[in-house]
Amino acid sequence: MSGGAASAPKPLPSSGPKSLREMPHPLATSSSEEMGPALTPSPDLLLPRSIADKDLSLPNGTPVDTSSPASSSSLLNRLQLDDDFDVETRDLFVTVDDPKKHVCTMETYITYRVTTKPLPEKFVVKGVVDRFSEEFVETRRKALDKFLKRITDHPVLSFNEHFNVFLTAKDLNAYKKQGMALLSKMGESVKYVTGGYKLRSRPLEFAAIGDYLDTFSLKLGTIDRIAQRIIKEQLEYLVELREYGPVYSTWGGLEVELSEPLEGVSACIGNCCTALEELSEDMTEDFLPVLREYILYAESMKNVLKKRDQVQAEYEAKLEAVALKREDRPKVPTDVEKCQDRVECFNADLKADMERWQNNKRQDFRQLLMGMADKNIQYYEKCLTAWESIIPLLQDKPETK
Amino acid sequence: MLHESLFSSSKKMEDCLAKKMEITVSEAEKRTGRNAMNIQETYTAYLIETRAVESQSEGQCAPVESLWRRYSEFELLRNYLSVTYPHIVVPPLPEKRADFVWHKLSADNMDPDFVERRRIGLENFLLRVASHPVLCQDKIFYAFLMQEGGWKEMVNETGFQLKADSRLKALNATFRVKNPDKRFTELKHYSDELQSVISHLLRVRARVADRLYGVYKVHGNYGRVFSEWSAIEKEMGDGLQSAGHHMDVYAASIDDILEEEEHYADQLKEYLFYAEALRAVCRKHELMQYDLEMAAQDLTSKKQQCEELATGTVRTFSLKGMTSKLFGQETPEQREAKIKVLEEQIQEGEEQLKSKNLEGRDFVKSAWADIERFKEQKNHDLKEALISYAVMQISMCKKGIQVWTNAKECFSKM
Repeated sequence: MSGGAASAPKPLPSSGPKSLREMPHPLATSSSEEMGPALTPSPDLLLPRSIADKDLSLPNGTPVDTSSPASSSSLLNRLQLDDDFDVETRDLFVTVDDPKKHVCTMETYITYRVTTKPLPEKFVVKGVVDRFSEEFVETRRKALDKFLKRITDHPVLSFNEHFNVFLTAKDLNAYKKQGMALLSKMGESVKYVTGGYKLRSRPLEFAAIGDYLDTFSLKLGTIDRIAQRIIKEQLEYLVELREYGPVYSTWGGLEVELSEPLEGVSACIGNCCTALEELSEDMTEDFLPVLREYILYAESMKNVLKKRDQVQAEYEAKLEAVALKREDRPKVPTDVEKCQDRVECFNADLKADMERWQNNKRQDFRQLLMGMADKNIQYYEKCLTAWESIIPLLQDKPETK
Repeated sequence: MLHESLFSSSKKMEDCLAKKMEITVSEAEKRTGRNAMNIQETYTAYLIETRAVESQSEGQCAPVESLWRRYSEFELLRNYLSVTYPHIVVPPLPEKRADFVWHKLSADNMDPDFVERRRIGLENFLLRVASHPVLCQDKIFYAFLMQEGGWKEMVNETGFQLKADSRLKALNATFRVKNPDKRFTELKHYSDELQSVISHLLRVRARVADRLYGVYKVHGNYGRVFSEWSAIEKEMGDGLQSAGHHMDVYAASIDDILEEEEHYADQLKEYLFYAEALRAVCRKHELMQYDLEMAAQDLTSKKQQCEELATGTVRTFSLKGMTSKLFGQETPEQREAKIKVLEEQIQEGEEQLKSKNLEGRDFVKSAWADIERFKEQKNHDLKEALISYAVMQISMCKKGIQVWTNAKECFSKM
């Protein structure tokens, strides 16, 4: 049983402000398991499930159904082609699906089901959203899914303690209380707490990557703000236009010969309003979310860099310790050897990772920005059509009485 | 004077001054001088240039005549024309103070953009007057164009200020008139509504311009950030950089677009002010009609008085009647004298009423003729204005498509 797949863009069926007894519990299966009346899952509270309900027919981490409409972020579709890991070497499979909207007195939010194999428990991750269109929810779901898959696939991150906690813990609040950094949003889910090793010097190439990611995040942040500001200004422009158009209509009502031309102008402005509304909507729904995902990806890459530093630091520390002991064994102890291997592996992986990331980023931004240009072109084309169509109306000479 | 102007309205457009003479307001200049109270002031003077058209067919270019006038002189001219030709919808002057501004425009009268637009407005005013079949023949108007010195004195000598109806008188008439021509009542109503709707339109348009300006200008930020971003990229760099340049072009394009739109706003403003001129004609009619009604009423009462005296019956209460009762009847001689006076007055009154009636009818006829002329002009002009507005919008859309297409191409090369 796979989760709710997105079809045509329409609002997600809401759980609505009705009695909780009637509301199907997000974790309930088709069987008659009934939860208590007051069970609205609180944001971070994860509810227990029995092992008996483990669903064996889950997909084993293969890419999710791509039959959703093209209006879903193409970024995610691109990411689908990314996985070239050998399936057999993996032992952890994660899927995000089953988006459901919950309307409660205090808040409205969407939950997703995170299913991990071979781990039996199923969990709920909350994503607070502004818009509840099925399309957006599906975009989000895919993003979450992809994100978790990336971690799962990562040679280092998948072993991360915190990641395991996220996937398994019955009650994340308990962990919260223990003072560990906890996921409040996706990007911070792999915040690594330093193990206390200090890095002596970061190799130049990794320092460069770090600098690049810093500047990159900064610039994306600025672009996000600009885009938001443009949308805001456009909406304010729209407000004025909506008052402007009807005045021509009112004037038309006063006139005889000018009545039709004035009505025509009024209708034209109305069409431009619609076009503008569509443009702002598109930018909000398609452009901004993708931009933000990339800021978060940059963050997670930075965390990977930090981890790399840690691994290197550990190795260096151990090496130093051995040197101090002045052992005259010709061979370096296996412990240190292991560390060295780790460092080299990590570095190689990271470089490969980064190259892949850069390629994806280039493709994705090319597409994203071309999309933005496209939407603006379409907006102007719609307006152009509207104005061109009334020229003959305006030039028309009425029959003289 | 009024009759003269009424009869000359039969002249055709071809005879009007605008066909015989080129008129331009070609320059504006800041001046300082001392006014009537010997206080120094700064004002703008406008250069009016005229040239006769005829002699060009002979291969000669007629000489250009020119003189300077300031706004207050234009106002004087217009006041003179309004009073002298009350049955004509007199073209309005451009606004005295900058109104309906959106934030970028200055509301300062000395602002060069305002002065420039006013220069164009004044030229338009002169051309309107010069192409009006009646107004173009006025001597004072001709002198305004051709005679710099002594023109003010000339205007004042016409004594037109004395002929001007007081506002109070006009207001009184509006409230008390009983039988105005329905067409004028409707026209007055129309001009009120027109004024209201165009004001509203201009106000909202100014706000729309403001907002549009904001949208375009914010895009300029993309230019800067794309440039900064391109510095850290390898293959993406060039595409981003050149796309950023197009964003700058886009942001800058709004200035010209909105400046052009101001011309459209000015065209609307002219008709906003024309509405006032329309109302003035309606008011004049009401005043004349009221005057007529009062004269008729007065005549009726005098006739009645006369009758009472002649027959000796007192139908209405009068002070004279009372005093005569108290202090004794008048002698037959006295009564005869009174009757004689009244009869004279009645005759005068009847003649006056006849001429007022005639005047009133002539006024209605010629005023309505000019109103029809005005309606046609208005419909034509406003249609042209709407067309030019649509053309402006089309041009703006095409520019937008161009810029974004260029940007898209740059993005595609990323």
